[in-house]
This record gives sequence, C-alpha cells and structure tokens, in this order.
Amino acid sequence: MEGFAHQLVAGIATGGIYASVALALVMIYQATHHVNFAQGEMATFSTYLAWAAVQGGAPWWAALLGTVFASFAVGVAIERVLLRPMRSAPVLAVVCAFIGLMLIFNSITGAIFGYAVRPFPSPFETSAPLLGGLVSGHALGSTAVTLAVLALVWAFFRHTGLGLAMRAAAYNPVSARLVGIRVGWMLALGWGLAAAIGAVAGVMVAPVVFLEPNMMLGVLLYAFAGALLGGIDNPAGAVAGGFLVGVVENLAGAYLVGAELKLTLALAIIVGVLLLRPSGLFGRAVESRV
Amino acid sequence: MSGPPIGSARASGAAGPDAPAASRQRRAIAFALLLAGAAVLIASAFLLSPFRLFQLTLAAGYAVAILGLNLVTGYNGQISLGHGAFYAAGAYTTAILMTHFDWPFWATLPVAGLASGALGYAVGFPALRLGGFYLALTTFSLAVAVPQILKHRAIEDWTGGVQGLFIAKPDPPAFLPIEADQWLYLTTLAISAALFLAAWNLVRGRIGRAMRAIRDHPVAAEAMGMDLAAVKTRTFAAGAALTGLAGALGAVAVEFVAPDSFTVMLSITLFVGMVVGGAASIGGAVVGGLFIVFVPNLAESISKAAPGAIYGVLLILLLFVLPGGAAGIGRLAVARLWRRDGGR
Repeated sequence: MEGFAHQLVAGIATGGIYASVALALVMIYQATHHVNFAQGEMATFSTYLAWAAVQGGAPWWAALLGTVFASFAVGVAIERVLLRPMRSAPVLAVVCAFIGLMLIFNSITGAIFGYAVRPFPSPFETSAPLLGGLVSGHALGSTAVTLAVLALVWAFFRHTGLGLAMRAAAYNPVSARLVGIRVGWMLALGWGLAAAIGAVAGVMVAPVVFLEPNMMLGVLLYAFAGALLGGIDNPAGAVAGGFLVGVVENLAGAYLVGAELKLTLALAIIVGVLLLRPSGLFGRAVESRV
Repeated sequence: MSGPPIGSARASGAAGPDAPAASRQRRAIAFALLLAGAAVLIASAFLLSPFRLFQLTLAAGYAVAILGLNLVTGYNGQISLGHGAFYAAGAYTTAILMTHFDWPFWATLPVAGLASGALGYAVGFPALRLGGFYLALTTFSLAVAVPQILKHRAIEDWTGGVQGLFIAKPDPPAFLPIEADQWLYLTTLAISAALFLAAWNLVRGRIGRAMRAIRDHPVAAEAMGMDLAAVKTRTFAAGAALTGLAGALGAVAVEFVAPDSFTVMLSITLFVGMVVGGAASIGGAVVGGLFIVFVPNLAESISKAAPGAIYGVLLILLLFVLPGGAAGIGRLAVARLWRRDGGR
C-alpha cells in the first residue's frame, strides 16, 4: 500500500510537468489549431539557458526568472518571424516549419552546450524525504511551482484585460479584431506565454531526468497524451489530463507494463483517446462545416 | 478546405499546340535520358570504391522509403512523421527470417513488404478519423515508441534485444564474376527501379487521381463517388509496404539491425528527404534518398550538430523559397528549356 501511495505521489509530481507542457500546447492550439512539435526542444533550450546562468553564478531563482523572460521573448519572436507569414499555409507546411524548428533548437542546444548528460541543481532539499518518506523535496517543490504557474496563468486569463483579449482573439478572431483587439499580437503573446511555461516545466523536470538535448522528447509525448485526454481545446482539461497521465504512467510503470514500455503507453493513450473519444474527457465535440 | 500540400504546383502537362509531335519528341528525350542514367548507374558498380557503392545502395533504399512516404503524405495528404516504424518493420522481418529461419534474402522481400503493409493498414485505419495534425501527432508518437518496442523483453528471442541481429549480404550467383557488394548494389538498383515504375504507374492512373483529389478536396472527391476510407487506408498500406521493402534493402546493405537505428530521427530524416526532393513527386524521392545519405555524411565532418541544423534550416527555407523542393527546380527547368527550343 505504501508503494502504491509512493507511486501516486510521484505520478502527481511528474503529472505537474506534463500538465504545464500540455497547457503550453493547448494555448497555441486554441489560437491557431496548430500542435507545436517544437515545444519540447524549445523548453530544453530554455533549461540550458537556466543551467548556464546558474553555472555563471546567478542565484537559482534569478536564473529561473531570467530564463522565463528570455523564453517569452524567443517565443514571441518565433511567432512574429516564422509563423505569421504562414497563417493560411496548409497543414503540411506548418508541420514542416515545426519539425524544422525542433531540429534547429536541438542542434543549437547540442552545438552550444554539448551532448553530455549533466546533472541539474535543484533549489529544494533533495536528500531528506518528506511526508513520512513518501516524497522527495524536489517533487514536492516542483509540484508547488507548477501549481503556482498554473494558478497564475488561470488568474491572468480570468482576471486581466489582456487575458480576456487573448481569449477573445483565440475564440473569434474576426469579431475580436472588430472590437479593436490586435489579434496578431495576441497570437504572438500566446506563443511567448507557451514558451515561458515550457521553460518552467523544463527547469523543474531537469533535476529528475538530467540535462541533455533530447530530455524533453518523452515529456512532450506525455504532454500530447495529456492534452488529448483532457481535450485539446480546453486548458483546464489539458491540465487535468496532464496530471492524470502522470499518475497513470507511474502506476502502469510500476504494476502493469514495466519501465521499458512507458513511451508505448503514451502512444496507446493517444491512439485510444483519438479512437474512442476524439474530443477528450472535457473537450467540446468538433463539428466541421463544409 | 485544406489546400494542396506544399509543392503541389504541378506543371499541368504543358502540352503545346502541336501536342502529339511535341509529346512524342519529349518522350523520346526522356527515354534516352533514362537509358543513359541507367547505364551510368550500372557502370558505377564497376568504377566506384566499395564504400561509395555501399552509400549508393543505401541511397537507393532510402529513395524507395521516401517514395512510400510520398505516396501517403505528398500524394494523399496524410501527414506521416512515423514512416521509420514501417522501415523498421521491414528491416526486422528480413533480419528475423534470415537469421532464425535461414531464408535467402530475396525470399524475405515479399514477406517484409506484406508485414509492413499490414502494419500500415492497421495504423491507417484509425488514421481515417484523424486529419492533419492528429495524424502527424500519432505517427510521431509511434516513431518515438519504436525503439522501446523493439527492445522489449517479450520479443527479445526474435529481435536480439538491444544487441540487434547480424545478417550477411547475399552471395552473387556463381556464374557472375563480381563481388558481393557489387551484386547487392545491382540487385537493390533493379528492385528500386521496379518499385519506382510501379509507383509511377499507380499515381498517374485512376487511383493516383483519386489520391490527389482526396488530398485537395475530400468533400468534392466523396461527392464524386470516391471511397475516401478505402483509398486512404490502402494508400497508407501501399506506402508502408514500399517503406518496409526499403527497410529490408537497407538492413541487408548495413548487414545489421538494432533498435537504436530506428529512432524518431529516422522518421524525421525520411520526412526531410521527402520535402527536399519535393512532395508529390516520384523523381524527387531519388534526390531525397541521395540527399539524406550524402549530406549528413559531409555535414558530420563539421560538427555533430550540423546535420540537424542543415535539415531544420532547409525545411524552413524551402517552405518559403522553393515549396516544390528539387522536383520543383526540375519542373521549372524543363518548362523553361522546353519553351525555348520546342513549342512554337
């Protein structure tokens, strides 16, 4: 039973990471109906920035904050430079652009920081387990941070004028434009926010999976699964889906399929959701007009 | 509705005013070029070093793999980022039959094609319900999961687990005075040529038109009586079978299969090859195959990060300056030349 509780808590901790990346994916999906394949590599790059700052002597939290701002700027720049000219491009072209971005970020990371696997420092107490040995300090701390980020994002969208404008731009671009919202800039802000959230997720997961250029590949897959499970057009649903996938992954890894097939589990979740309930648990059913 | 994919700017036959004579002349030129190309390729078996020959053999295999991807993605508009999975299926089928059952190489080919075609059908079936991004996402996940599945303990006795399987090149027939790698090169060349011919026949006929119609305007295609589900799943199966055959050819060329040769990077590489060669182009697949063998090889001498960077930059650059890829340049050149000395 204690083992079960242990897996459950560990699942919630990783679920928080998946939930953050899933939220980043959904933010871009809602506004543009694009799934950003480069989200993981962008987060990896951000994490390396944070690592470089910490190595350079910056305090841990300052490094995180600086990285978040830098990632935001990179996200905005990518939308402005690359995605904006492609607004009405066919899906294959957009997929090309995302795969291109993914490869470019991966090589930049590799070229600057090398391919060696590195430890990443955690600001939390990692030695002594908390809650009666159930959970490590880092797991607890990173869960708290991801929950705080999610709450912040929720508050931003719910209670600020800019958040409302962004929601309007995603929900109905034409009408939003008519009431004076600069839809193009809202999309760019969405990209910036997604990149910033991804950066936090990357920094939080790096002490667990260790720092290397491909560290986010698995995380991205689970985030896909989480976003689809929760409903890819529903941010709250995607967050719930992310946590759910984290828990399922840990429990199934411990009791069902073993650690070797964890990625296959993500594939199974994705295929299962798309076959059985394409709109996800909390999403709206999509109807297309012709 | 969704428009044509990148690079579907097909020259529309470009038949001039006196079409029959011009087209006869054009056909003669094309045929002569094809013959000359074949002669050069066959002659290289006796002129090039074994390593170059190995690279060309590999490129021929990759060209077929890209051809399979091109049927699905370029012609039918179903975006697959997971064709490496079918390549792996074909490679492992051949390797398992050759090591565990002592089959000769040639006999494993039909089985490899069938096995990966069946896998493609199974993937293509749910793919019916998924358009665009969902399919890209699902196939991407498949590609990421492939090495894990191949390494799994339950099938380790067959696949050799992490170590993989070693296979030997087929021996040339006794009456031919050539080396094994020359023989393999020529066999691969012949098989690839046959597969290219088959694919060319497929896409220029009724089925090919249906594939393109479904890509460009599914609703209109359905209204005209095309069976969307049947065409899409069968295209997926055919594309997967081609890529699987390519996997079999590639496996015997490197004489080795192992899970880590079939990572998501393989699928992405095939995708890059398709875009560089030109989506929805048969000839482009050849350029793509040569590209993904030779360019990373050159780039790796600069740095480990260079191949990925080149791929990424090219993907984005081509999107903006040359959506038709190499085939686009080819079409442009042919159109220009033809206007100058033929036509009027």
